Amino acid sequence: MRVESIRLLIETKAVRNRILQQVYRRIHYGDTVFWLITLVFALVVVGMIGAILFVTLYGSAMAREQFGWGFLTNPRWYHEQDGVPIYGAWPAVYGTLASSTIAVLLAGPIGIGSGVFLAELCPPWLRMPLSVLIELLAAIPSVIFGLWGVLVLAPLFERHIAIPVSRTIGTTVPLLEGPVSKGGVMIAGMVLALMILPTIAAITRDVVAVVPNSQRELLFSLGATRWQVIWLAVLPYAFAGVIGGVMLGLGRALGETMAAVMLIGNRTTVSLSLFASGTTSAALIATQLPNREDALHESALIYLALILFAITFTVNALARLLVWRIAASTR
Amino acid sequence: MVSVVSVMNGEQPAKQPAAAPVGHARGHSLTVRNLVPFYGKRQAVRPVNLDIPPCQITAIIGPSGCGKSTMLRCLNRMHEMVAQARVEGTVWLDHEDIYAAGVDPRLVRRKIGMVFQHPAVLHTRSIYENVAIGPRMSGITRRRELDDLVEHSLHQAALWHEVQDRLKHPARMLSGGQQQRLSIARTLAIAPDVILFDEPCAALDPIATSKIEELLVALRSDYTLVIVTHNLQQAVRISDRTAVFMIDRDAKDYIGSLVEVNDTAEVFSNPQDPRTQDYISGRVG
Ligand SMILES: Nc1ncnc2c1ncn2[C@@H]1O[C@H](COP(=O)(O)OP(=O)(O)O)[C@@H](O)[C@H]1O
Ligand SMILES: [Mg+2]
Repeated sequence: MRVESIRLLIETKAVRNRILQQVYRRIHYGDTVFWLITLVFALVVVGMIGAILFVTLYGSAMAREQFGWGFLTNPRWYHEQDGVPIYGAWPAVYGTLASSTIAVLLAGPIGIGSGVFLAELCPPWLRMPLSVLIELLAAIPSVIFGLWGVLVLAPLFERHIAIPVSRTIGTTVPLLEGPVSKGGVMIAGMVLALMILPTIAAITRDVVAVVPNSQRELLFSLGATRWQVIWLAVLPYAFAGVIGGVMLGLGRALGETMAAVMLIGNRTTVSLSLFASGTTSAALIATQLPNREDALHESALIYLALILFAITFTVNALARLLVWRIAASTR
Repeated sequence: MVSVVSVMNGEQPAKQPAAAPVGHARGHSLTVRNLVPFYGKRQAVRPVNLDIPPCQITAIIGPSGCGKSTMLRCLNRMHEMVAQARVEGTVWLDHEDIYAAGVDPRLVRRKIGMVFQHPAVLHTRSIYENVAIGPRMSGITRRRELDDLVEHSLHQAALWHEVQDRLKHPARMLSGGQQQRLSIARTLAIAPDVILFDEPCAALDPIATSKIEELLVALRSDYTLVIVTHNLQQAVRISDRTAVFMIDRDAKDYIGSLVEVNDTAEVFSNPQDPRTQDYISGRVG
């Protein structure tokens, strides 16, 4: 009887072990499959970047050969010299950099401020509606932003800001000098700012919301004001994430096409003034590629795309470097 | 912000690092009268009356959830930082009602410092800045003055020798025990009258714990200390007086109350309340 029951016990144990082993093996097998699937996805991403790089390098070969680095500094998109067509990227590059800089300078502080307000200061009953509103703003198609910019903001801006400023400060500061044209770098930058504002605000809100409460309580217990808590504890802790949000916004501004086409005036020569019309890389490519005249024209446009790619890449790398530097150093 | 700094400035000229510490005779006491903390509509503790004598260690013990932390956070007006939280009754720091109308809670917190259960340091800042931040917020900006304060506070917290050659390193790289002593140094740097500790050793190993205990005993001669602890041995080892909080099993509302306060030796050798008796003999909690 005793022996019997012990044998039974051993057998059930053995069975259980076998089942467990199978289960473990299956789990392990699942792990491997999962690992392979995610690896494939990762490789697809790498492959895409490689493909884009290949296409832009290959397609721009002719233009790169003919114009070299001079392409970048040539202040006219198109002119002919002794009957030979010459292309230059500087108007588009300048327009891209200037309008995106304006967008980030405007949307950065306002977006970070509203994100912090939403996460830290907003009364609870207001938080939800405001968050929804901001997310709605992010979902509006850029052509509608452009429409609104052209019909509403641009006329107001021209009458009440651009013309008065160009007549006063503009007489001494070339960046703000007249004449004021219908569309321009400044107004395009302002509409871009509106478009990237929700991105920056939403990301700031989210990264501020996950700052551990211990960081706040610690400072409150030293007699800090809410402002000091935000400034000295919350924002430094969330810094990398906030910069990430701003960079995402900047990336969108650099590549934004429709709003730029509608607002910047599409003039392919350079004027330093922010009130003058100009173009951006994305706008130029989008408007001219469908109507390309010959192989050189197409190659020059692809060369411009390559440069835009390089700009966004550099901006991201610099941002990452900045985050690393600040994360590694403590004051 | 300017006005806050200047107000705090006016508050803060008293203790310089090298100056004589406050002696026994001038220590600071807390008097708790009919204190009832609320979270929204929910009462967290039954009315508390408690005298915390100057320059002694008062331990607060009791099972989880009986309101020890909540009560402690009422003593320096940190409780009201929780959304919807409020307080009835009052607390006196010496002869000053800290809940009186017009009292700035930030000034109360500068006089009654607090150290939390989980060692909390400012992650992005150096060891030096973690200590200097309190004085900085009160408007001390001169480098020498800050240096002295930081060094003195780290000495007081028995941490100086371990960190003196890496003051610029990130504070997050310190061990848990070191971070907790850094928290104490940070609190000491604003020269409080009273320091509250909420289970300061709960997350620490025995060696780090005994270092903190030694430190508390050393600080007792200059500061009034209140420590919430889960560890009854710790209360016996270091405290002069003990307050026992319990949740009444019979009552259905699960609201904690203060059941007994006495000299620590009395509480543990001769408990007056049967609930205390059960608790310290390990029958509940
Ligand atoms: N932030 C909070 N919001 C609502 N109720 C809380 C909060 N913190 C604590 N409580 C409640 O207050 C009571 C006392 O909690 P606490 O003071 O943390 O107890 P202890 O520190 O003794 O473990 C518990 O019933 C707990 O659920
Ligand atoms: Mg607690």
